[in-house]
Amino acid sequence: MRHLLDTESLGRDNAIAILDTAQEMSAVGEREVKKLPALRGRTVVNLFFEDSTRTRISFEAAAKRLSADVINFSAKGSSVSKGESLKDTAQTLEAMSADAVVIRHWASGAPARLATSGWIDAAVINAGDGTHAHPTQALLDAFTMRTHWARLTGTPSVGGDLAGMRVLIVGDVLHSRVARSNVWLLRTLGARVTLVAPPTLLPVGVEHWPCEVSYDLDATLEAGVDAVMMLRVQAERMKASFFPSAREYARRWGFDDARLARLDALALKDTIVMHPGPMNRGLEISSGAADSPRSTVLDQVRNGVSVRMAALYLLLSGDMKAVPTPALPAFAQPAAKDHP
Amino acid sequence: MIHASHLIRSASLLGKGTADVLVRDGVIAAVGQDLGGAAIDGATVIDAAGLVALPGMVDLHTHLREPGREDAETVETGTRAAALGGFTAVHAMANSSPVADTAGVVEQVWQLGRESGWVDVHPVGAVTVGLAGEQLAELGAMADSRARVRVFSDDGICVSDPVMMRRALEYVKAFDGVIAQHAQEPRLTAGAQMNEGKVSAVLGLAGWPAVAEESIIARDVLLAQHVGSRLHVCHVSTAGSVEIIRWAKGRGICVTAEVTPHHLLLTEELVRSWDPVYKVNPPLRADEDVHALRAALADGTIDIVGTDHAPHPSEAKECEWAAAAMGMTGLETALSVVQETMIESGLMTWADFARVTSAAPAAIGRLGDQGRPLEPGEPANIVLVDPAARWNVDPAAMATKGRNSPFAGMELPGRVVATFFRGHPTVLDGRLNTPYLHGAR
Ligand SMILES: [Zn+2]
Repeated sequence: MRHLLDTESLGRDNAIAILDTAQEMSAVGEREVKKLPALRGRTVVNLFFEDSTRTRISFEAAAKRLSADVINFSAKGSSVSKGESLKDTAQTLEAMSADAVVIRHWASGAPARLATSGWIDAAVINAGDGTHAHPTQALLDAFTMRTHWARLTGTPSVGGDLAGMRVLIVGDVLHSRVARSNVWLLRTLGARVTLVAPPTLLPVGVEHWPCEVSYDLDATLEAGVDAVMMLRVQAERMKASFFPSAREYARRWGFDDARLARLDALALKDTIVMHPGPMNRGLEISSGAADSPRSTVLDQVRNGVSVRMAALYLLLSGDMKAVPTPALPAFAQPAAKDHP
Repeated sequence: MIHASHLIRSASLLGKGTADVLVRDGVIAAVGQDLGGAAIDGATVIDAAGLVALPGMVDLHTHLREPGREDAETVETGTRAAALGGFTAVHAMANSSPVADTAGVVEQVWQLGRESGWVDVHPVGAVTVGLAGEQLAELGAMADSRARVRVFSDDGICVSDPVMMRRALEYVKAFDGVIAQHAQEPRLTAGAQMNEGKVSAVLGLAGWPAVAEESIIARDVLLAQHVGSRLHVCHVSTAGSVEIIRWAKGRGICVTAEVTPHHLLLTEELVRSWDPVYKVNPPLRADEDVHALRAALADGTIDIVGTDHAPHPSEAKECEWAAAAMGMTGLETALSVVQETMIESGLMTWADFARVTSAAPAAIGRLGDQGRPLEPGEPANIVLVDPAARWNVDPAAMATKGRNSPFAGMELPGRVVATFFRGHPTVLDGRLNTPYLHGAR
């Protein structure tokens, strides 16, 4: 595996290798000298076509802890036409001998395009593309869940998966690359995922995903759950009539203080509440929930650095298992059922 | 004798019995067994044993890009591609720059076609000024111009305002015109990138629902019925659209429909590659849509194949999916793709092929001298096809400027060996010969 583009094509072995390596990397973060020489002399470029300070500094910290040289390249606001700028930028980075390109892009598929276009030879890590995928976010979420699940089940986390864990992903699934990447990765790791959202914020075609779907947050909580992942919701979505008002959204699909209390009433004492950040407090999550002992928000941030160190290290050291390129069906043409 | 004459020996006419065809003075002079003697004195003999003779193909849907986007295509390069693809007439869509919304622009395009001499170029007139959907273009002036426009379309953009559509349908009755609708409800497709369904859900690309096409077609067939007008539906792409058109035809509504070669062969699964060569409007749909389109073309619910040939400069496709232009080239692959999907599959015969690629589109465009039977006295617009040939699609080897063929790398059946346009061989041995010189002979 040369690139980390999505979680749909990430096999179980590689996923667990990343999580296990991240666990080793997390120990580095605890040390006084938070640095390993692993990527000395290698160049990692953070190529951001969309602002995200949080993700950029997480990748930057990860690369620096591995002693790589880091170049931050913000391509946002380029006056060149969007298309030319990806190709030209890629060729510029190629000329600079980048070993890895961490790319964040507003367009779904841009990292895959970069990886397969032949414009550049570097390893490509998707740091979030449009509404498609955000694999390192899903990996850090899985890492956070695995630590919790191992503690609960009394098993070692290294080498382990999420078999049997019940996970809710709640909110704007339609526009969420975080949700998409989590659904595929959590499926691979054996968790049981339920998406909870207003019907307007679920994609047509979601019925083909390897998960359950519900419109009723309270009912899914009642059914029992080990982790609740709240997705960021943009209040502006109400202008496009995805929901009537922020208040109505918060009442029906927000993780508010009442629902936090409900977890206690349901004796779900070990259920964690997750959020990829940045949070809209009062909309999809209340401050009470975000700051409660159940919240893993800061663990997720911390784990993000470890997971990104692991991804960079494994991709650049060539220790990822080869995965066959998912072959498109022959020309994606219909089967021969017309043929007599 | 002014024109050179050609004797086509032992061709299989429409894939049926073999005969000789004598082409002289721009017309089919004789059809029969073992034509010989004085009749063929001086004629160039073409051995057509094993070849299928068909009426020259007529494309109702071609983007030639000139004037304005000569970097993408010109009338000269586009019509060379057409001749190589087996066409003797193309309809040039109106979304040039300036838009073909006046008699001046359509006459310019028509004149460029005459000067090129590879095929007849029939300009399509815009329905509304600047394709803006706000004011009717001078449809009558375009109809009365030397270009004799009969097909009007805002293709690329839907005539979405129902009142505008009604007026256009009514108005063109005055000169037996037809409105060719690009059926795409704009609000339902704002920002749309690909067919909405299983694949768009996974890829996180904004979906293009089938209902955005079907709702416009449903509205338009009812409007056509109400005002008693002729409606043509461009590039039908969904199974639901087929059902609506079938229903409308059953009610006697005067509607014709078109399907592109790419919608007969390719599906949305290709979008998983993220290669924008597969980005097109309307989008590639699902497997069941492809099968419904094939069945509809075979049973006559869909009347014609239109290429929607849409060349783009490579920079328009060398980018992220969302930033890429929509469209695919098609003139030089249409015959092979239709052979692959409709004839090799047993759904149609070569006679059916001639109907959907020549006679029916010519009738919709009201062309008197195209799409005619291969009979004595008819204009000699003929294509000779080797149905047994197979070839690998290489966009770099094409005559079109566009390199955006979604069939690149595929092996397809059928090769155009010769194209006769007004009795003149524009293509011989599968290569461009010389253009027809209007008025010079
Ligand atoms: Zn169109």
